[in-house]
Amino acid sequence: MADSTSALALDKPRSPRRPAARRNNFELYSWVFMRISGLALVVLVLGHLFIMNILDGGVHRINFAFVAGRWSSPFWQFWDLSMLWLAQLHGGNGLRTIIDDYARKDNTRFWLKMLLYVAMAVILVLGTLVVFTFDPDIPAS
Amino acid sequence: MTAVAESTVHDTSQIPAPEGSLTVTVKIQRFNPEIDDEPHWESYDVPALPTDRVLNLLMNIKNYVDGTLSFRRSCAHGICGSDAMQINGINRLACKVLVKDLLAKKGKQTTITVAPIKGLPTMKDLYVDMEPFFEAYRAVKPYLIAYGNEPTRERIQSAADRERFDDTTKCILCACCTSSCPVYWADGSYFGPAAIVNAHRFIFDSRDEGAEERLDILNDAEGVWRCRTTFNCTDACPRGIQVTKAIQEVKRALLFKRV
Repeated sequence: MADSTSALALDKPRSPRRPAARRNNFELYSWVFMRISGLALVVLVLGHLFIMNILDGGVHRINFAFVAGRWSSPFWQFWDLSMLWLAQLHGGNGLRTIIDDYARKDNTRFWLKMLLYVAMAVILVLGTLVVFTFDPDIPAS
Repeated sequence: MTAVAESTVHDTSQIPAPEGSLTVTVKIQRFNPEIDDEPHWESYDVPALPTDRVLNLLMNIKNYVDGTLSFRRSCAHGICGSDAMQINGINRLACKVLVKDLLAKKGKQTTITVAPIKGLPTMKDLYVDMEPFFEAYRAVKPYLIAYGNEPTRERIQSAADRERFDDTTKCILCACCTSSCPVYWADGSYFGPAAIVNAHRFIFDSRDEGAEERLDILNDAEGVWRCRTTFNCTDACPRGIQVTKAIQEVKRALLFKRV
């Protein structure tokens, strides 16, 4: 039954089966990034939720003028931009880890990751574009 | 783990029942690769003393009921680390778990479930292929690396330096920790807690000069950064090693380039 595979395994029993270490710090940096971005997001997201949902009547006062007013200030532009980038990269890296854990085939893993990276790129580019090029004077028509 | 009807009632009358013994049900995950397509559960009602170890029950089943029951066991005293298995869902050494700690509440029938450790291929019954486990162990170079001339006398080490890695010297390579790790279950290429513990034992040894090599290996994609600190390994360790702490210490050494 298992004879054919065990015969192969005995071929070179002590030969290393792992590829040599890649000697880069990507996993280390992504680990550190998750911690730091997580801390920053606690402040950014909770602050965002507080302003949007609780302060001054909360969600009922949000309209086009409200958003336009906020984005006229570089501070809120920076706030929203950093929230966008940190949340995307933080969530994207988390999903990358989950895909690495749970995908069973290399093929599945590759395509799921590609889907993830494309989705991240689209949202990041689109969001950044809106934050920087937002024009409050849209013609009414 | 589908509920398959336990077909046969096993005749366990041959097992000697000493005075003071009670009957417990031992539910074992059986798998014979020559007959079965997949593992199934079989139950044995066996006499047991509260002071018996789970290993005694397995030995009785093997000796008196079904000689084909396969499991590893060597010293039977918690030293060799052969008989790691899932007992009531938790990785334990069968020779270190006493029946009295598994007894059900008064009047209820005690059932002890025994399954092979997860994450390693089951070859027969409770017997798994340990090769992937030892492959990861060998990959971290678990031996003293020292350069330069051989010293003419003993390599001296202070008590404090010895204390630094004392916890991780206790490892008996039973695979309880590695096979309790969800990351290891999901993708077998992760080094696993046991390999990291044994790397830790040499990384933090003041006599050893191979720390950088080992840290490089553990800094890789399959290394310590895959640890999610679920603490399953620390809970599983029959030697009480603070496994998760050891992994975090390796992470810290990598982070601050300091051993």
